[in-house]
Amino acid sequence: MRLLFNYLIFPGFLFSACIGLMAGWIDRKVTARIQWRVGPPWYQNFVDIIKLLGKETIVPETAKLTFLFAPFLGLLSLVLATTILGKAFILPSESFLGDLIVILYLLIIPAIAIIVGAFSSRNPLASIGASREMKLVLAYELPFILSIIVVLIKCQGAIQIGSILNHQINFGPNLASVSGMVAFIVAILCMQAKLGLVPFDASEAEQEIMAGALIEYSGLPLAIFRLSKAVLLYTTPLLLITLFWAKDLSPFSLVGKYITLLVIIILIKNTNPRLRIDQAVKFFWGPVTFLALAAVVLAVFGL
Amino acid sequence: MNLKLKALTKSLWVFHAACSPCNNCDIEILDVLTPRYDVERFGIVLVGSIRHADVLLVTGVPNYKTKERLKKIYSQAPQPCLVVAVGGCACGRVMFKDSYNSPCAVDEIVPVSAYIPGCPPKPEAIIAGVVKLIKKVRG
Repeated sequence: MRLLFNYLIFPGFLFSACIGLMAGWIDRKVTARIQWRVGPPWYQNFVDIIKLLGKETIVPETAKLTFLFAPFLGLLSLVLATTILGKAFILPSESFLGDLIVILYLLIIPAIAIIVGAFSSRNPLASIGASREMKLVLAYELPFILSIIVVLIKCQGAIQIGSILNHQINFGPNLASVSGMVAFIVAILCMQAKLGLVPFDASEAEQEIMAGALIEYSGLPLAIFRLSKAVLLYTTPLLLITLFWAKDLSPFSLVGKYITLLVIIILIKNTNPRLRIDQAVKFFWGPVTFLALAAVVLAVFGL
Repeated sequence: MNLKLKALTKSLWVFHAACSPCNNCDIEILDVLTPRYDVERFGIVLVGSIRHADVLLVTGVPNYKTKERLKKIYSQAPQPCLVVAVGGCACGRVMFKDSYNSPCAVDEIVPVSAYIPGCPPKPEAIIAGVVKLIKKVRG
């Protein structure tokens, strides 16, 4: 009963979806202000989801099961990751050994869900989008995991969110060292790609391959995909705060840190043009991986 | 009025189908999205795929080729899908009425919910047309 409550309501689905949709509104509003517009009202993303729930769902003739199953797979596993992370925040002592690895795996599944759904729709543009998404996942996972290894080295090899939090509360945030700072920058860039935001949104390039991977989705499955985007917008910044910036865990400072990260993401999004997929892969496997490796070496030497 | 329709009128996603227009109406439609008029205030955004759209925006006089495509696009849209004809050509074919390559008007191909006349219509006129459309949907 308590597990269900945790999964569906408090640190899980309902809470994270509401925060994520509000964060999506902040994104749209700040973007609008940067472009000298007014922007939508605060309830816009909620209205969008309700509207999509009321629309007709069109299913392509082929692969109906995987087409409809993919969005739910993405959302369910993402909410599971969010619940584990949120639980570790509320009761650090109750987290289990290796939950960080579980979260890392669960955070890849939404991308896999998009790939599966896009390929099963049998649309050529969706296939292009899916193959780009696949390359992007391959590109950003390497530096992302390297930057997390930096955290593990700093915390004496604790692969447990509770003990990472405890270590930071006792010895100061991981961000306060040179290697931590470099790894944090790498992680922010990887987060940008994970969220599919502008320099790295080649898989959903609207002007080029229309809606890319999501082109055939309408109605309920599209709403689920948008919800999982929203939940991801809540989970990944929270994960970064947990790993790098968790000295002070009072709600007020958490909200402040979350909004700071969000604004960094939005500013990167609004000041960069879209990268081609080969440029994105080169960027992640070249300079970003080099930075992450440098951070690992620095962390080994205790800087 | 039910929640579904209310949510629909608060977040209209627009798919823009250009049926051989002269592009003036399309420029005016883009003006509506720019900072001066900014219809994202009302939740109106352009989407890339007809599967995501609530409104099918048609400009221009359909010819023999775009006629078939317009029919196809409308049949691919998830219901409820509203159709808006922008510009004099889409509303009533004006001077192309007797042209050899103009088989029929837009409203003979798909059911049109709102007509926005003008050559091209001003952005204010387009917004006024959208307001009329929303009032019609709400009943």
